[in-house]
Amino acid sequence: MGKFKLWGLKKSPWVFHVAAASCNNCDIEILDVLTPRWDVERFGIVLVGSPRHADVLLVTGVLNRKTLPRVLRVYEETPKPCLVIGVGTCTCHCHMFEKSYNVVGPYDRHLPVDVYIPGCPPKPEAIIMGVVKALQRLG
Amino acid sequence: MEILKVLFNYFIFPGFLFTAVVGMFLTWIERKVSARVQMRVGPPWYQSYADFLKLLIKETIIPEGTSRFLFYLGPLLGLISMSILAVMLFTMNFSPQTSFAGDLIVMVYLLALPPIGVIIGGSASRNPFASIGASREMTQYFAYELPFLIVIAGIVLKSGGTIKFGEIIELQKSNGPFLYSISGIIFGMVMLLVMQAKLGFVPFDIPEAEQEIMAGPYIEYSGVALGVYKISKGMMLFLLPVFIISLVWGGITDWWAILKFLLIIVLIILIKNTNPRLRIDQTLKFFWIFLGILSIIGLVLAVNRL
Repeated sequence: MGKFKLWGLKKSPWVFHVAAASCNNCDIEILDVLTPRWDVERFGIVLVGSPRHADVLLVTGVLNRKTLPRVLRVYEETPKPCLVIGVGTCTCHCHMFEKSYNVVGPYDRHLPVDVYIPGCPPKPEAIIMGVVKALQRLG
Repeated sequence: MEILKVLFNYFIFPGFLFTAVVGMFLTWIERKVSARVQMRVGPPWYQSYADFLKLLIKETIIPEGTSRFLFYLGPLLGLISMSILAVMLFTMNFSPQTSFAGDLIVMVYLLALPPIGVIIGGSASRNPFASIGASREMTQYFAYELPFLIVIAGIVLKSGGTIKFGEIIELQKSNGPFLYSISGIIFGMVMLLVMQAKLGFVPFDIPEAEQEIMAGPYIEYSGVALGVYKISKGMMLFLLPVFIISLVWGGITDWWAILKFLLIIVLIILIKNTNPRLRIDQTLKFFWIFLGILSIIGLVLAVNRL
C-alpha cells in the first residue's frame, strides 16, 4: 500500500458500531464520543449505518453463542482493509460472565482484534485514544 | 486538435476533473458549516479528498446474485450526466452563441439521470433497505419534478418562448435578471427547494434516511463505487446552484456570480441544518400541492409580465 493511500485511510476512518449483546453502557459512551463536546469528525471519523461503508468495527459486549455468528458475518461483510476495536472490559476477558454456559470466550479467539479499550465503560477520551493507537498500527 | 479540445473540455475543464475537485471542496464546506452550526470544530479542509482516496483502496464487494453491469451502471450514470452538464453549463455561460435549440430540455434530462442511477443501483443491490430507498427515491423524484418543470416552463415564457439556454442568459444580460420581479422571486424560491430535494439534503433526505433505513440505496456499495456516488453528489452540489444562477439570476457573467453562488450554497446548508426530515407522503403533498400551486401562480404572473 502506498504512503499516499495509507494517509487517506488514516485520515478518514468510518466507524460501524457492532453491539454484540452489551449492557449498553459502552454503546452510550461511543455515542458520547460523537457529540459536539468531543467531536471526532475533526479527525474524519464518521458513524456509518452499513458495514459495507465501514473501515473500523467497534465491537462491544460479551461474545456468546447467539451473537458470534452475527459478529462474524458483519466482519465478513466489511470490505478489507478494516480494523476491529474492542470497547469495554467485556471484550478483553468476558468480565464476570466468564463462567457462563453461553459465553464462547474472548474476541481474539474468533476475530483479529487490533486494539482493546478496557474500562466498564471506558471514558470517551480512552475510546479516542484507542482509535488513534489502532490507526498508528497501520504504519 | 478539435478532438483534443473536446476531450479536454469533457475530462478536465470544465468537465469531470474541475467539477469533481470543486464539488468535493464544497462538500467539505457543507460539513464545516454544519459543524459550526452545531458548535463543533468540524473536519479539516482535505477531508473529502481523504475520504475518496480511502475509498479507492477499499475492496469493492458485489452482492451475490446481482447483475454486475447494473450494479456499476448506477453510480456511473450520475457521474457521466454531471460531467456533460458541467460542460454544457460553463461553455454556454462563457460563450452563449454555442447554444443550440432545445439545450434547456437536454439539461433537464441530464438532471433527471442521477436519481435514475440511484434507483438502478438500489434495485440491483438485492437488499430490502436498498429497495425501500429506491422506491422512496422514485416517489420523491416524481414529487419534485412537477414544480421543477412548471418553473422551467415559466422561465421559457418569461424569455419570450426560447428554449435556448444561451439566449436566456443573453436576454438577462440586456434586460436584467429574471429574479428582480414577483414571478422571478417565486421561481427562484421553488427552484431552491427543488434543488434541496435533488441533492437529497434534509428535510428531503428520505431515500437515504440514515436513522431508519441506514443509507438506503447506497447500503450495499463499497469502495470505488461508493466513491463515485460521493463524487457525483459533490458535482451536483456545485452544478445545481450554477444552474439556478444561470436561469434566474443573470448567469455567470461577472465576479458577482461567485458571491451569488456562495449565498445559494449557504442558504442550502442552513435549510439543511434547521429542519427535521419529512415523511415521504408529506414530501409529496409539499411539492405537489404547496409548491405546485405556488409555481402555477408564478406561471400566471409570468404570462402577465409581472
